[in-house]
Amino acid sequence: MNVVVKPAIRPEGTAPEESGNLSRREFLARLQAVGGLLLIADGSSIIKAGEAPKYGADGMPHGTVDNPLVFVNISEDGLVTVVVHRSEMGQGVRTGMPIIVADELEADWAKVRVQQAPADEEKFGNQDTDGSRSTRHFIEPMRRCGAAARMMLEQAAALTWHVPVTEVRAVNHEVVHQKSGRKLGFGALARPAAKLPVPGRDTLRLKSAAEFRYMGKGGMPLLDGEDIVSGKAQYGIDPWFKDMLFAVIERSPVLGGKILRYDADAAGKSPGVVKIWQLPAATATATFHPLAGVAVIANSTGAAIAARKLIKIQWDDGEHGSYDSDSYRAGLESAANKPGQVVRESGDVDKAFQSAARVVEAEYYIPHIAHATMEPPCAVARIVDGKCEVWAPTQAPQATREDVAKHLGMPFDSVTVHVTLLGGGFGRKSMPDFATEAALLSQMMEGRPIKVMWTREDDLHHDFLHTVSVEHLKAGVDARGKVTSWLHRSVAPSLAALFGPDPKHEVPPELGMGFINLPYDIPNMRLENPQAIAHCRIGWFRSVSNIPHAFGIQSFVAELAAGAGQDHRDFLLDLIGQPRLIDPQSLHDVWNHGESPQRYPVDTGRLRGVIETVTKEASWGRKFERGHGLGLAAHYSFLSYAAAVVEVEVDSKGLVTVPRVDIAFDCGPQVNPDRIRAQLEGAAVMGISLAMYGEITFKRGRSQQDNFHQYRVTRMNEAPREIHLHLIPPKDWNMPLGGVGEPGVPPIAPALCNAIFAATGKRIRRLPIRGQAS
Amino acid sequence: MQLQINEQLIEVSADQDLSLLWVLRDLLGMTGTKFGCGMALCGACTVLLDGKAVRSCVLPVSQAAGKKITTIEGVGSTPVGAALQAAWQQINVPQCGYCQAGQIMSAAALLKDTPHPSDADIDAAMSGNICRCGTYVRIRAAIKRAAGLSEQAK
Repeated sequence: MNVVVKPAIRPEGTAPEESGNLSRREFLARLQAVGGLLLIADGSSIIKAGEAPKYGADGMPHGTVDNPLVFVNISEDGLVTVVVHRSEMGQGVRTGMPIIVADELEADWAKVRVQQAPADEEKFGNQDTDGSRSTRHFIEPMRRCGAAARMMLEQAAALTWHVPVTEVRAVNHEVVHQKSGRKLGFGALARPAAKLPVPGRDTLRLKSAAEFRYMGKGGMPLLDGEDIVSGKAQYGIDPWFKDMLFAVIERSPVLGGKILRYDADAAGKSPGVVKIWQLPAATATATFHPLAGVAVIANSTGAAIAARKLIKIQWDDGEHGSYDSDSYRAGLESAANKPGQVVRESGDVDKAFQSAARVVEAEYYIPHIAHATMEPPCAVARIVDGKCEVWAPTQAPQATREDVAKHLGMPFDSVTVHVTLLGGGFGRKSMPDFATEAALLSQMMEGRPIKVMWTREDDLHHDFLHTVSVEHLKAGVDARGKVTSWLHRSVAPSLAALFGPDPKHEVPPELGMGFINLPYDIPNMRLENPQAIAHCRIGWFRSVSNIPHAFGIQSFVAELAAGAGQDHRDFLLDLIGQPRLIDPQSLHDVWNHGESPQRYPVDTGRLRGVIETVTKEASWGRKFERGHGLGLAAHYSFLSYAAAVVEVEVDSKGLVTVPRVDIAFDCGPQVNPDRIRAQLEGAAVMGISLAMYGEITFKRGRSQQDNFHQYRVTRMNEAPREIHLHLIPPKDWNMPLGGVGEPGVPPIAPALCNAIFAATGKRIRRLPIRGQAS
Repeated sequence: MQLQINEQLIEVSADQDLSLLWVLRDLLGMTGTKFGCGMALCGACTVLLDGKAVRSCVLPVSQAAGKKITTIEGVGSTPVGAALQAAWQQINVPQCGYCQAGQIMSAAALLKDTPHPSDADIDAAMSGNICRCGTYVRIRAAIKRAAGLSEQAK
């Protein structure tokens, strides 16, 4: 068989034209907002001087759409189909959005179906499913969609009966004329209603919270539940065509590596192999571009995997070929022990240290973590008549479409991206390199349907990893044990290095994840961010920089409390201080999750509230035998307040088990409490997983972990036997929503390590824990 | 070769060494069975072979010939499978749902041999199945519900 080398789509070393990626654009807009970086990408969403800042969904590319004709379809048999334009990865959005629409619509839940939108932000509004913001940004537009559709149905009924619309009312999938007792079902009214004008926003009559049928109620079944348990649900790995071929790719083991030469003769003769292609060289800026590699296309995935083992590639590793986690860690520690760029300062920390009764100093290490979604990256693409169709489990539909179009050299309008279910996302699938790979290979194969499958080894070797960091903390304490001064140096390579020149510092969205915006009542504070350089692809991992920041701060507070001989809970509440609303700008947090500082101040009363609730519910203060203890941590992120108490048992050999986790959570209004609980249950398990085992290490620029035997994750026998959740009821439905998908994760690892300290007296400052409790 | 899948005889032409997983998924288009690791480490590919849970990603298809293969697409026709699928839905077990086919197949094998499993039995049978979303507490509860047991953790 022939080995064909496909010439690079573009000359080596040049990136496809930079524009378009939505998360990136939003990200860059935030960078630009602080004036720290030059304009890098296209200017469409860069905040310009003198322009009022846009917040929330308005600050996202393509904002929101609230047209019921786009999102709601009612058929003549009365079935209501709600279009969901955000990606489902287990957070429940394909049930949550229909709950919102169906509630305002007065629809019968048994007659509600869901349909996934393709990538089309012009039509649907922003589709980036990240940042714990789908419900936060779309509850209002979706309520308006439901209410407008309901009013159109009511209008259609009133016109049919020749009665004033004020005399009719939609109730449970029917419109009723109370005076005459006449009723018409939604199905019968669908056609005439669709011809009516959509009522204007200011004329919409939204329900009061007392009228909600589904929002805020428990017991809502998942719309995809039956398909999932019967194997019918369609993930990115599942599209299947008779003439489809299957591909795996041997990629550069080092970021930026290039192929010097390769030999695929044996692979080409392996059973089932159809073609070998070389993929274009990587570009100077990583963004979401595929890595350089050699693809094997075969008649089954198994045949492609077997053949790939026979390929011999000689790599030019390039500048990241010496990345070594041990020496890199030493470098971070060295940087953390010297003054760095000051990002927030109040009072005089150095003077306060001199007058302190006691000075405490500690340093924490949090390694790279891989997402390890159970569905590894994968996608299907085909090209018919100059039009490319992609099926992808993507969190970033629009970016996927833009990237595919650019790499194929096709107009944007010639690319369709079907968003499948995601077999886990956690941030990994915000980076759609895998979809671009499938599209490129289909183009090379004259449009034939190609499924690209990443093996678990590919996933762990080429992930966009969670950053790696050292958190160095120092506090001065007075004679009564009160903290008077606080120095925190956070040093970690930035994910902004993906998108342009390495900023070598944490950028505002990273600083704003629980570091710069620490709302503690301490008179003298200095927060510093020394330099670090990225040597691998760093991406968003569920809760992102909150993980190291919370681990450092919440571990350190427990250490301070223990050192002062005080109860951790009381000490933490005292450190937070009185209930008050803090303007995030006063904390130098210019990001604030992209939300208005007025609408979303930091509320220390709510932070205190979750700590008070979780400690009460977990019976904080219980006395245990040695080897058994409770640990506490609290963290504010994604505009929600979370506190966890973890109970551990450590046996004589140092084996750690977690009988119980309690989490108190305040995210404001709760659309679907069952999914909020599910997300927090999952956060508890993921937090334990990363604390116990999570680590990707590098040697010679290469990730050292191959599969789940080396990158362990929590299993059934190691998971908490009980997870108790305490959702704080919202004061009212007018308060703004916080995020749900991510904020449960950050407090878990420090609460677990604080519990291990309570049980054994051993303080763990380096993650993962592994055998350190012995 | 001939395979007996979900009570149906299916003729398939495949390399003897190809794993059952890729025969099901790529050659037959039966995509309910998932790929997760390729090394029998995660359980996403679990199917039943003569009623026993096996990881189809490491099982050469030749070793499945002549045996009864049950996949997620067929397990609902057994009383245990139907009870598990119902319990899974009542408790809203899935998050992303990707691993749940494998979880249900492992649970089906467990309940077939051990109709009233203890927590230790559940740990032993289910710890080969990873759920990265962390639905373990609900999986345990759903297995107990399907088995007609109290869902309290012990």
